[in-house]
Amino acid sequence: MDDTEAGRPRRGRHAPEEPTDRVAAPPPAADATVRTTRVPDVPQDDDLPARDADPRAADDEQDSELDDEPDDDASDRRPPRPARSRGDLVRTGVRGVGQLLVTAGLVVLLFVVYEVWITDLSSDRKQDALSQELREDWGGGSDDPTVPTLPGGGLSEVPLGEGFAFIRIPRFGADYVKVILEGTDEDELVEGPGHYVDTAMPGEQGNFALAGHRVGKGSPFLDLDQLQSGDPIVIETEDTWYVYRVVGDDDPNGVPAQQIVLPTDVSVIAPIPNGPLDGPPGGAYLTLTTCHPKFSARQRLIVHAALDGDPIPKADAPDGPPALSEG
Amino acid sequence: MYTWIWRHLPGGTALKSMQALLLVLAVCALLLFVVFPWVEPKLPFNEVTVGG
Repeated sequence: MDDTEAGRPRRGRHAPEEPTDRVAAPPPAADATVRTTRVPDVPQDDDLPARDADPRAADDEQDSELDDEPDDDASDRRPPRPARSRGDLVRTGVRGVGQLLVTAGLVVLLFVVYEVWITDLSSDRKQDALSQELREDWGGGSDDPTVPTLPGGGLSEVPLGEGFAFIRIPRFGADYVKVILEGTDEDELVEGPGHYVDTAMPGEQGNFALAGHRVGKGSPFLDLDQLQSGDPIVIETEDTWYVYRVVGDDDPNGVPAQQIVLPTDVSVIAPIPNGPLDGPPGGAYLTLTTCHPKFSARQRLIVHAALDGDPIPKADAPDGPPALSEG
Repeated sequence: MYTWIWRHLPGGTALKSMQALLLVLAVCALLLFVVFPWVEPKLPFNEVTVGG
């Protein structure tokens, strides 16, 4: 008991741990129990816990000065642990909250990295697989039942999630080529630009409408806002090239080249863009939709293009139409 | 939290560092390949279609 009383303040006032240990360690029984309750997990051979114990020792100093008097008679029943451990608890709690907040920040940063770069990796892989599959289908002739071809060279209903055409936008670089899939659910859009079911197919009268991700998932439509009137958008199907051009001011239906609309504005994919949804077609349009602004779902960025000239059979232009080398 | 983990890792400083690095990598992999793909479709900023 006397040892305890003497040992505790001394440990506090002399901040270094070692002398206290040497003094406190040898005495048996009673002192030993107090030691174990006060410093439960300090292996003597490790350097870190010893360093860790230093702040505790510094804290002892303050606490012991505060509750020296009451301890003199109360230390028998109640070791001087509670006061100190309350301070420790608060400090541990505050430190824990701080570390949690820092960790949460890092996790959010990592999520941004994931969105912007990591999803690209998997989307690129899926695009490669789709592209290879589509090329093989086309190379294998017309015995592939998954993408039935219409007599006029158009495509009939394509199963959801099936790739059926390539889109090339020379403005985005000569190597910009993506497989277009049928459907605009997230399942399709993670793999590439998706075709709005029930809108026209390439080359058809009406509105061939596509949606694509702006940031992440291969970012197919990242630079959609860079497209200018007259820029070609080339669609490649099994046996035909279709060249669309972003519309200019002279569009007969007054369709704008680019517009930013609310997510609910479905008229942009109507047969005549901005016209009635069930109205008759008034030309062969191509519409691209993506989110706007970047990283946001507040609005949609829309680009409209119209078919330029006749479809070009692949037999006539195996390497693509001249429009591909523009931009 | 981190102090607690560090204190409970066995071995010396070098070994602890190795283990800490492994832990960090494991957590990152878990986040990138399990948690984020799961949580992402539930977030609103991936919508690129109209009408949906």
